[in-house]
Amino acid sequence: MAVVFEKPKALTDVPLHYCPGCPHGIIHRLVAEAIDELGIEGQTIGVAPVGCAVMAYDYFACDMIEAPHGRAPAVATGIKRCRPENVVFTYQGDGDLASIGMAETVHSAARNENITVIFVNNAIYGMTGGQMAPTSLPGQVTQTSPYGRDVKHCGWPIRVSEMLSTLEGPEFIARVAVNNVKNVKNAKKAIKKAFENQIQGKGFSLVEVVSACPTNWGMTPQKALEWVESDMLPYYPIGVYKDRSAAKEEK
Amino acid sequence: MAEKVLMKGNEAIAEAAIRAGCRHYFGYPITPQTEIAAYMAKKMPKIGGVFLQAESEIASINMVYGAAATGMRVMTSSSSPGISLKTEGLSYIAGSDVPALVVNVQRGGPGLGGIQPSQSDYFQATKGGGHGDYRMIVLAPASVQEMASLTIKGFNLADKYRMTSMILADGTIGQMMEPISFEDAEIETYEKPWALTGHGNARKHNIVNSLYLQPDALERTNFERYEKYAAIEENEPMWEEYMMEDAEICVVAFGIASRVAKNAVVAARAEGIKVGLIRPITLWPFPTKALRKAADQCKRFISVELNMGQMIEDVRLATECKRPVSLCHRAGGMIPSPEQVLESIRKAQKGE
Amino acid sequence: MKTTQILIAGFGGQGVLFAGKFLAYKAMNENKNLSWLPSYGPEMRGGTANCSVVISDMPVGSPIITTPDVLIAMNLPSLTKFVDTVAPGGKIIIDSTLIDAKVERTDVEVFYIPATQMAKDAGFATLSNMILLGKAMAACDAVSFDNLKETFETFIPAKKAGLIDMNCQALKLGYDFT
Repeated sequence: MAVVFEKPKALTDVPLHYCPGCPHGIIHRLVAEAIDELGIEGQTIGVAPVGCAVMAYDYFACDMIEAPHGRAPAVATGIKRCRPENVVFTYQGDGDLASIGMAETVHSAARNENITVIFVNNAIYGMTGGQMAPTSLPGQVTQTSPYGRDVKHCGWPIRVSEMLSTLEGPEFIARVAVNNVKNVKNAKKAIKKAFENQIQGKGFSLVEVVSACPTNWGMTPQKALEWVESDMLPYYPIGVYKDRSAAKEEK
Repeated sequence: MAEKVLMKGNEAIAEAAIRAGCRHYFGYPITPQTEIAAYMAKKMPKIGGVFLQAESEIASINMVYGAAATGMRVMTSSSSPGISLKTEGLSYIAGSDVPALVVNVQRGGPGLGGIQPSQSDYFQATKGGGHGDYRMIVLAPASVQEMASLTIKGFNLADKYRMTSMILADGTIGQMMEPISFEDAEIETYEKPWALTGHGNARKHNIVNSLYLQPDALERTNFERYEKYAAIEENEPMWEEYMMEDAEICVVAFGIASRVAKNAVVAARAEGIKVGLIRPITLWPFPTKALRKAADQCKRFISVELNMGQMIEDVRLATECKRPVSLCHRAGGMIPSPEQVLESIRKAQKGE
Repeated sequence: MKTTQILIAGFGGQGVLFAGKFLAYKAMNENKNLSWLPSYGPEMRGGTANCSVVISDMPVGSPIITTPDVLIAMNLPSLTKFVDTVAPGGKIIIDSTLIDAKVERTDVEVFYIPATQMAKDAGFATLSNMILLGKAMAACDAVSFDNLKETFETFIPAKKAGLIDMNCQALKLGYDFT
């Protein structure tokens, strides 16, 4: 019988712990498919964050390390500088990458560190039970913004891709989403490109994946995906924000 | 005779690290240890190594964590306030059982403190600093020669036991120059099958991690780690004894304080006082046996420190409080004079 | 068994550390034990700077000098600060171009030498430090006064080798000053 669908080899057989309806499973799969298609599992070293994806080290079949909260780009830098022949990626959430780890994010981008960063933006701290994130939308109700995010009190959500694309350093910055089939397919392309860039020595490539958190948003998975479209994407538009090589080719 | 070179203590650490096979240095500027970074910045690119100035101490220790996980010899250096920032990473490195060398050229504290020499990070270095049950091997050089030799030793021990070795120096030893030789350096190498190298489709994936959500599993890692620590306490204490053969008073001092104390011991001997010095070279593991033995022989102990009295607690523990222990100290970047130490010895002689 | 503690003190920029460095290399080349310790930190920028060199037949104990055997004072604040710390029987070398004051102590030997003026006259205005050091080397016998050029060559990079002759001349001017 022909196999038409199977688990990517770059994922282990360990069952994922994510909540029902959580897109982390999709994003893990996209990363693993990219690793499989590029044939790089044996040379890849992944860096897991603190947050919902903390146990990614059990799920990806390549060598893995678990980093302190926000420090994944620094840990990845240490690995890559020791083993430039390996492929090194981080997998981080919004609290990890855009709040506590913003300095590491910005500076690894500024150094054009030759690593791949998968940034899952679901506008909330999931693991700790749904607190306000640096990317929570204005008015968004969370455990620590129970009356809705008041921008006069706690400021505005950060558009990481736009911000990083102002830097001279990074090679590739793109925002994708995983709320429908078309977007998932495009997300896959961007993630694969972010790995290819590293293999070709082009430098820092970050893919921001706009995701959902049905559990902590208090929505059904279906409703959460609709909310991505109606509320998240207008504030966080999909697109390629920086692609140095493509820009050069155009010239 | 081995060829001697004149070097600053900080430079001796950097050169020794390179000779020990360290090719990756991650750091962030802070006085009084910047010569280490400057030396690395100059040398590393010429020998195929990496010097990288990180955006913060936090980033630099995490670069060390990542690099250490690949099995490479790696180091960072800082001074007291910077080490405080690194303690998060030190805890992760301990919990993940990867080897690293961390240098603390101490300055006065707490807070921003000052930039003059101090030993006030003794507690932080020997009792933890970061969260959780863990230890670091803490080496306390008292000369520029030891800045070099203990750096090499530190790398060897870190690899042997898969943990952090800390060089706990101070601004004086870091800034001073003395003639040193590198020829006796013994570089040990250890297999690192746990390292992240890419599994090459030839083995199961390696995971470097300190997270154990099941408490019984986490407890097991703690107990296993403490078995390792017990072996280190048994096998690795280092200390120097000076004029201890017939000593009735025992001065205990490490690092720059021991140099001052030595002068005072010589002066006190000239006055006919039977006094000797025990200089711990490893602060953890503390040379407990040497102190315990001295407690059978000496009637009083004096702990000489550049802080408000930290090592004195370990002296009391090691001697099981059998003998009185007095404190002779300065703090905040001040250094006791030999006369001050001599006066403490005279007092001890009189039973005060 | 002999130990000499030499303290060189002045303003940052007067070559305090360099003079100490020469002394350290000289002692090392004579197979003596030594330590060289600078004051460090922001005070180096135009403030006071000093340098402690201990030279001994024995391993050096404390590198920190509390009672110098030899004090080289290159400005008044340094002389004022350290004059009373000099060991009885010790030597004080004073740049009398920059320091008007006289030492009142009678238990030390004092040498007044117009080093800054001498350096200007000789055409190497920045080398008063080496003139004073030359006098100090004459006043105590911590190291011998030979192989000066070889000593400089141990630590002066080749591209600056042209400065060695001037430094040797400055040392000699001080050494011969009476």
